[in-house]
Amino acid sequence: MSVIDGQVTPGPGGLCQKGWTAGELLRHPGRLTTPLLHGRPVSWDEALDFVAARITSCEPDEVAVFGGGGLTNEKAYALGKFARVALKTSQIDYNGRFCMSSAAAAGNRAFGLDRGLPFPLTDLRGADTVLLAGSNPAETMPPFLRHLEGARLIVIDPRRTPTAERATLHLQPAPGTDLALALGLLHTAVIEGVIDKEYISSRTSGFDDAWRVAAGWWPERAERVTGVSAADQRAAVHMLAGRSYVLTGRGTEQHASGTDNVSAWINLALALGLPGRTGSGYGCLTGQGNGQGGREHGQKADQLPGYRKIDDPVARQHIMDVWGVDWLPGPGRSAYELLVADDIRAMLVFGSNPVVSAPRASGVVDRFKALDLLVVADFVMSETAAMADVVFPVTQWAEEDGTMTNLEGRIIRRRKALDPPAGVRSDLELLQGLASRLGVGEKFPVAPVEVFEELRRASAGGLSDYSGITYERLESEQLHWPVPSVDHPGTPRLFLDRFTHPDGLARFIPVDHRGPAEPPDEEFPLQATTGRVLQHYQSGAQTRRIGELMKAVPEMYVEVHPDTAARAGLASGESAHVVSRRGTVTAVVRCVPSMRADAVFLPFHFPGDGRANLLTNPALDPTSRMPEFKVCAVRLERA
Amino acid sequence: MRRVVIVGYGMAGARLADELRRRDQDISITVVGAEPHAAYNRVLLSTVVAGTMTPESTRLHDERWADEHRVDLRLGWEVREVDRAARTVVVGRAGGDPEPAIPYDALVLATGSVPWVPPAEGLTEDGRLAPGVVAFRTLDDCAQIEAKAGKGMPVAVLGGGLLGIEAARGLAGRGCLVTVVHPVGHLMERQLDPAAGGVLARTLGKLGIEFRLNSMATKYLPGDGLILDDGTHVPAELVVVSAGVRAETSLAVRAGLTVDRGIVVDDALRTSDPRIHAIGDCAQHPGTVSGLVQPAWDQAAVLADRLTGTDPSARYRGTSVVTRLKARDIDLAALGDVHTDVDCPDSEVLCFQEPSRGRYAKLVLRDDRVTGAIVLGAPDAAATITQLYDRGIPAPTDRLALLLGRALPAEAASPADLPSSAVICRCNTVSKGQIVSAWRAGAESLPQLAEATRATTGCGGCKDAVCGLLDWLGASQPAPA
Repeated sequence: MSVIDGQVTPGPGGLCQKGWTAGELLRHPGRLTTPLLHGRPVSWDEALDFVAARITSCEPDEVAVFGGGGLTNEKAYALGKFARVALKTSQIDYNGRFCMSSAAAAGNRAFGLDRGLPFPLTDLRGADTVLLAGSNPAETMPPFLRHLEGARLIVIDPRRTPTAERATLHLQPAPGTDLALALGLLHTAVIEGVIDKEYISSRTSGFDDAWRVAAGWWPERAERVTGVSAADQRAAVHMLAGRSYVLTGRGTEQHASGTDNVSAWINLALALGLPGRTGSGYGCLTGQGNGQGGREHGQKADQLPGYRKIDDPVARQHIMDVWGVDWLPGPGRSAYELLVADDIRAMLVFGSNPVVSAPRASGVVDRFKALDLLVVADFVMSETAAMADVVFPVTQWAEEDGTMTNLEGRIIRRRKALDPPAGVRSDLELLQGLASRLGVGEKFPVAPVEVFEELRRASAGGLSDYSGITYERLESEQLHWPVPSVDHPGTPRLFLDRFTHPDGLARFIPVDHRGPAEPPDEEFPLQATTGRVLQHYQSGAQTRRIGELMKAVPEMYVEVHPDTAARAGLASGESAHVVSRRGTVTAVVRCVPSMRADAVFLPFHFPGDGRANLLTNPALDPTSRMPEFKVCAVRLERA
Repeated sequence: MRRVVIVGYGMAGARLADELRRRDQDISITVVGAEPHAAYNRVLLSTVVAGTMTPESTRLHDERWADEHRVDLRLGWEVREVDRAARTVVVGRAGGDPEPAIPYDALVLATGSVPWVPPAEGLTEDGRLAPGVVAFRTLDDCAQIEAKAGKGMPVAVLGGGLLGIEAARGLAGRGCLVTVVHPVGHLMERQLDPAAGGVLARTLGKLGIEFRLNSMATKYLPGDGLILDDGTHVPAELVVVSAGVRAETSLAVRAGLTVDRGIVVDDALRTSDPRIHAIGDCAQHPGTVSGLVQPAWDQAAVLADRLTGTDPSARYRGTSVVTRLKARDIDLAALGDVHTDVDCPDSEVLCFQEPSRGRYAKLVLRDDRVTGAIVLGAPDAAATITQLYDRGIPAPTDRLALLLGRALPAEAASPADLPSSAVICRCNTVSKGQIVSAWRAGAESLPQLAEATRATTGCGGCKDAVCGLLDWLGASQPAPA
């Protein structure tokens, strides 16, 4: 898409309402154009001096950095380097932890590599069947559906979403029971004889151990736990045999068992012989603009650029050489743990709004109030910025150069279309300003192309190798990583010959169903699940400022089955309290007959006492450290 | 270190060993199993008979399991006596000399059950099943059935309960000519009312299975068949006995424990000797029925919580049973109390019958909650009603929807019938009214409408609807000036 005079023109892929209206933010009256120190407009120098002085008074590990999956590759890379080189802190993580970390962990352990889609998006056009586990692209990524027009859809979602309405088969499991369903489907695939035994023996390992768990999940047992009929399970596996894709989204990933959930879906895909072949596969659908690139270049607590592990001595040495340092901190804590850590004194937030987006949000607010220093870089006054000691006004999408890596691992050039308003600087300039005050300014270039040239060297030899990519090549080529040299054509399809594990095999992971961390009980008899609506994005900090979007979806609501609403004495349009052990949300009731009677749905885009995350359960996945956003126990009351 | 000795390596014993080790890395676990091979999943035996699964794929553990989980596993051993005073069990290899006794702090009997064989003349010889007669209980039984049952062969199944029907369906699927002999007037009388049993028999009849109800076998003629109590003859080259089980309690009886139909246990799964426990089919607890795996697994979890001290307050309160027939092309669920009449004053009872299509549904509700149900031939409804029952969710006000099972998508409405406020393009929140206005303002083609309203520019899914509106507008409205 392009921007002319602030007006958006779509590319060939199409746009939804969010894209059409994105230009409005560029000249929005609420746009931040001057640094704020305790709410007072100040000069950049004064703000930078203040922040640098406060940081200097802290021990390195008392300073934390919280990044975002919407940052360009250059910014994400620079932020990770800034934390480790300028701040010398191990305490950096980002909101992508709340997004795709479960899929990333499961992809790594199954294939030895995590790239959202290990095949080009356009491959989906040739599919017979696409299974979407916990994904609602008709609202979250509408243009994506154009790639699915020829396929039969199997949609797995507790709600009858707009995507589910388009499905050939909608499986509606109880919230928090995806893993049991995936095990039931694997079992059913075995007894229906649709597994690919030749593929399992030649391209994978560990099937027997995974099967021994799935053997205990005959379809009738899975039905009892999930509510998905055995007949539908049989129908699903027969539809999947052939040229099919299994794709996961946040619905199945944002659980305290999220990594295992994804492993169970990958196990199913492997048993059917889908991954690593042209015309079929497994993939994960990205949640944020740069969700893929954002997790490859070092803003994750346990990673260094090039998708390297921070505890790998060889990786550390390579990065130290590129950065010209002789020391690096080790792994830090994950996003939620970082946000509520009581040994952190200063927090720097980039491209994120955790006051709205983090689980058990009231606890995060309390913790932020106790900080000595909260710094937020944003272009609008988000709920988190409103709490900050210092706010830096930074550039946004149409005002900066850089690269993003999309869900298929393809690197996309973002070109500057407009000059930013006076007073606004880029995040790279902000980092440089702080770094120079901390004595390492020369290590932080402000030109995106210079940062990218360094990123190329840093990623060289890593799993996500960008060393062969140049801004120039991106003018004319479609490059999917890894691109290990400038004459390498890129890698649109991974795993065709071998998977990335040393033995070349994909691994089945034996995983079993655990159920939600917080089961419903008499006090909290309903299960709440959270998600997006079409008109809003993430914490809503941007989309709630656009008139057209707010007109369409103006306020917090809760979707409830009409019977459940009636039992609570509520009708459509009335105001309700949704109460969990962690907080209370006020929302307008929307009666939706297709809802399960024991579940309610809340969008997570609204602020204040409409924050869905006041309710959510911060139980963390043991591997990915993903919080359990997608299911918690609640009750419904009249407001 | 506490020593737990488990007698029996079936689904209950194997599960308990897993649950114990998961909770406690140190506790000493000994498992004594009479069969020579690793535990297997009995629930899957009907799929082995049906030929959709191999015996090997029903194994619960592989050969590395005992070593990897530090379990002292004695395969092909038997426990001969329990010395309650010394707290040891007397053991040996099957038929062999006694081996050193095994001491225990806690002993768990998971000895399961044995098939009950109807008292027909000739079915047994010297206490064993006669040649041509097979039980339907173990993997070895299945191997025998597989080896013998050929296409076109007449086979009799003794017993029209859940397992008998699963076996009959599997055999019919292999091409056998199956006759089910059942002593009661309708099938699965423990779970079904007579009407449901009738619909089930009719459905199975279409799959080629014949029935002799209200009939007992009185005599077995090897290679020929069965003589029934009314004097008629059922041809059979193979007889499969699936007429129920009885708890295997002989060891418990010899040890002097309290035994009724099974080994009597309390909510802590203790027998009359508090150091000895029993779980699974051999145990008798008021909250459960035998022959199903879920109670055994629930009991194993409770007992593991107690024996490892993970949760000393854990108690087994019974298992709510949902019977689900596992047989191809037949979808049957039964749960709770189904023997309530439609005109019973304290309950709400719904009934739907469509025998010609194999459908039958009966629902018993009390205070809006499902307390019993039979659902035959309606898979969606079965799944939904089971969830309501298990989770105690109030039933939907629309009872008819309950019998349908899922919210069906509404019929696509004609563009003319939609209200003006109906959203046509969800991606861009474009209503029918906006499209009509744009058309009236001159946007008469799809590209013009897209340009004017942005409809169809997102996911493209509304293209058909927008074209429908264009046709309708063109046909029914005067052209714009």
